[in-house]
Amino acid sequence: MKKKEKVVKEKEYRKPLVKRRKPNRSIIGDILLYLFLLFVAIVMAFPIIYAVSSALKPLDELFKFPPRIFPQNPTFDNFSDLFVTMGKSWVTFSRYLFNTVWITFAGTFGHLVIASMAAFVLAKYDFPGGQTFFKVITVAMMFTGYVTQIPNYLILNRLGWIDTYWAIIIPAFASPMGLFLMKQFMEGLPTSLIEAAKIDGANEWRVFWTIVMPNVKPAWMTLIIFSVQGLWNNRASTYIYSEERKTLVYALQQIQAGGIARTGQGAAVLVVVMIVPIVIFVLSESQILETMASSGLKD
Amino acid sequence: MREDGMREFFSKYFKLRKREAAIMVKKAKVSKMCYAFLAPYAILFAMFFVYPVVASIYYSFTYYNILQPPRFLGLQNYVSLILEDDVFLTSVKNTLMIAVITGPLGYIMSFLFAWLINELPRWVRSIAVIVFYAPSIAGNCYVIFSVFFRGDAYGYVNAALQNLGIIDTPILWFMNPQYMLPVCMLVILWMSLGTGFLSFVAGLQGVDKSQFEAGYMDGVKNRWQELWYITLPNMKPMLMFGAVMSITQAFGVADVTIALCGNPSTDYAASTIVTHLIDYGSQRFEMGYACAIATILFLMMILCNKLIQNLLRRVGT
Repeated sequence: MKKKEKVVKEKEYRKPLVKRRKPNRSIIGDILLYLFLLFVAIVMAFPIIYAVSSALKPLDELFKFPPRIFPQNPTFDNFSDLFVTMGKSWVTFSRYLFNTVWITFAGTFGHLVIASMAAFVLAKYDFPGGQTFFKVITVAMMFTGYVTQIPNYLILNRLGWIDTYWAIIIPAFASPMGLFLMKQFMEGLPTSLIEAAKIDGANEWRVFWTIVMPNVKPAWMTLIIFSVQGLWNNRASTYIYSEERKTLVYALQQIQAGGIARTGQGAAVLVVVMIVPIVIFVLSESQILETMASSGLKD
Repeated sequence: MREDGMREFFSKYFKLRKREAAIMVKKAKVSKMCYAFLAPYAILFAMFFVYPVVASIYYSFTYYNILQPPRFLGLQNYVSLILEDDVFLTSVKNTLMIAVITGPLGYIMSFLFAWLINELPRWVRSIAVIVFYAPSIAGNCYVIFSVFFRGDAYGYVNAALQNLGIIDTPILWFMNPQYMLPVCMLVILWMSLGTGFLSFVAGLQGVDKSQFEAGYMDGVKNRWQELWYITLPNMKPMLMFGAVMSITQAFGVADVTIALCGNPSTDYAASTIVTHLIDYGSQRFEMGYACAIATILFLMMILCNKLIQNLLRRVGT
């Protein structure tokens, strides 16, 4: 079924560029707007392009004046230098990488499971307290990490989790944003699907794992990307102070702060740090947009 | 007579309440499974989001430095925040400036661009989404702006302005209080097409096409009328969501100003409520005082959210 629909859509959409124009649009208006959009897009992309191109510049070009936007002799020297520097650090590069990957993976996985379970009952069942709980979640989406940082430290301290991975992983499970998006998306799931499974004798747990979860895969991707973004960029310097448990981003930013001799490596760090979230977003864009379509807040 | 009436009213009221409560309890007993599903999330959420806010309000009335047990002070922290702490007032002013300018502007930009790219062919649209959204997820890529706005004549902006003959000495963008905030706002605006923007893009795709056709019949003349009478009313839930996102962003500004201007910044010209909070919480360890700052920030955000939701209800009418 799905495949057929897609084919039809594509065919329809080659022709109409000119033909199916909306009747109330002026051509001059369209052209002006698109030129404006193009201009804005270039302005928006410029800093990122500049960051990438300066990571590819050899050292002498980095300090050239007037500076050029694009490198004349692009090299990967900055990246290989970066690995050399990382290799010489007291804690090895692979250890930092492991820390980040482990924190990101565990945090994202736990968040996905726990938030989906909560989202499932909030979306599909009517029980006392459910609505109120959801309202609290929407308010909690406004908290910035800094506001809750101090009491969080005290709690983690009492639990004895300070300076362990858990200090980053467990709080990430409860991120309100993921629950919110998941719940909104699950509301679009037909209730009859769940009821049919129940009549066939499945209990809630089975309904959740075999009916609901496979049907909300686009929302998984969205949860994953938001969670990965948060955890990948987590410098973890407040709750973790042992060097061997710090994250990659922290280590990279230490190098970046290394002064003028590290300019080239600093530029390479910028690229390494930003490339991961951007690549994940590019790969999962259509699924994320599908989820965001149900993100609206009703009052 | 009147008292009797009152009593009767109250007894009826309480009876009703009791009955409602009984129904609630019964319902809750039936839906035990729901609570079981909700429990893991709810416990963690209470631990790391609800309790911290409550604790933060409690500590805001005390003197607390982690080493000694909290000592109750009453409203002392708030009084000294408002009456004695000049830096806090500067921070509030800066935060409000940033929020009032970048909040609505970023919000409008998010919607405007989402709306403009909506009618592009699909592949162009998906590239445009990536280009516009990338800055907000690009880690700390914003430090690249410190290259553009370098304080010496080698910075792009200074060089360009000098070549044009507008200035003759390079401007210290991140040290001159006159320019710090505007430059930071520019960077924040650059990053403001975030989650709200995605929500708008997706929401616009979901607007029912037949409504537009009905609009042509009823004489919607141009795209602006179409926007106001058809698109915006359909987008209300997304607009609400986007508003929450931009408030969070606008009031939580700290990383950008710290990276570009330092903390504390020259003359505190770029300090925001959050940088002030970091200053007291993580550097001076006056937790009670820092919690008072956090509480004020939190109240401001909730108030602002209420205000905007009331405004948005009027859209399209």
